Amino acid sequence: MTKRESETLVGLFVLVGILAIVFLALKAANLVSFSFDSTYTLLARFDNVGGLKAQAPVKSAGVTVGRIASISFDNRTFQGLVTMNIDRQYSFPVDSSAKILTAGLLGDNYLGIDPGGDDKNLQPGDTIKMVQSAVVLENLIGQFLYNKAGEPPAKEGSSSK
Amino acid sequence: MNLAELPALLGRHVLSVLATMGHATVFFVDLVRHVPESLRRFGLTVAQIHAIGDRSVVIIAASGATVGLVLALQGYYTLSRYGSAEQLGLLVALAMMREMGPVITALLFAGRAGTSLTAEIGLMKAGEQLAAMEMMAIDPRVRVLAPRFIAGVISMPLLGAIFSAVGVLAAYVVGVIMIGIDSGAFWSAMQDGVDIFKDLGNGIVKTIVFGVASTFVAVYIGYESEATPEGVAQATTRTVVVSSLAVLSLDFILTALMFSTH
Repeated sequence: MTKRESETLVGLFVLVGILAIVFLALKAANLVSFSFDSTYTLLARFDNVGGLKAQAPVKSAGVTVGRIASISFDNRTFQGLVTMNIDRQYSFPVDSSAKILTAGLLGDNYLGIDPGGDDKNLQPGDTIKMVQSAVVLENLIGQFLYNKAGEPPAKEGSSSK
Repeated sequence: MNLAELPALLGRHVLSVLATMGHATVFFVDLVRHVPESLRRFGLTVAQIHAIGDRSVVIIAASGATVGLVLALQGYYTLSRYGSAEQLGLLVALAMMREMGPVITALLFAGRAGTSLTAEIGLMKAGEQLAAMEMMAIDPRVRVLAPRFIAGVISMPLLGAIFSAVGVLAAYVVGVIMIGIDSGAFWSAMQDGVDIFKDLGNGIVKTIVFGVASTFVAVYIGYESEATPEGVAQATTRTVVVSSLAVLSLDFILTALMFSTH
């Protein structure tokens, strides 16, 4: 094999290798949707963050508008402090509310923002005041049992609530 | 053997292990120092990439395809029980990029390219070619060792990427064409779960590390082999054993560093 042929083959090999990386980046890891757009931070304090994790999506009307940056414990209010990065192209009224939701029955937690009606928008670094914590199954069951115990015993044949 | 000799025996063994490691480290630093000089004659490296990289493409692609096919079939079996078959693409892509691609490529690379490097360098040494070069004031590290080392380090990430890409395509063939998962769901589940830096980027970092490790092991063992037919044979075997173990243990360390929870 001449030198030129081997050089051509090396060139092809490198090309195929780079193509493979590009394929993985574009098709599998979805580089296109990866945004280098700047984001701004919003804060929210929850009594219970449930299974919410960093990097979980922040959605409004079902559309991903940002990601959770970090979750920490606020030792002054004894609440979970959620920091989220919202794409700069989206803004929300100051009276918007945040709640922790679950995708499907067994899916991951994500943060939903319901926009309010105020004229003013949340500024970077602001805190979302109205929040709804994650639903914890144990608490729900506990509440249910507690309510049950408080009720007068159900009469025979009547449907329980 | 008397019992009092045991500590001495242990000590001698530990010292010899340490001496080997120290020698290898000095050799590694020396080799890396000669890389820039060798890069100036890039033609030598290109010829080695041809020998190491090009000729490994077929076996790497074939293995990638087989692993992707099998992983897709087995993954589907488990995932369909939980009604989440469309996550198959994600399963295969993550497994390929994070572990299978780097590790299997490195193991195949050690067997396919590492052995030939060791045997070639060992035979050069046995035939006193390296000594002859030194006589002519040509540094064999620049002329022989460094180009092979660079070629291995360049080839490994490319081979790893080819392995992963072919595996993902093979999973597409099984999942979408054979089993009938929706094509859109297959790709979107994958794109949703694969992170470009955390998964693809770390996978590429792994292949580079494995490339450095297994090529260095091959070059070092070849260079240090005994200059006899048996010595070369033993060195070739040792290359496969040492670089496989190095890759597997490095993989554990890297995985622990990269993918442990935050």
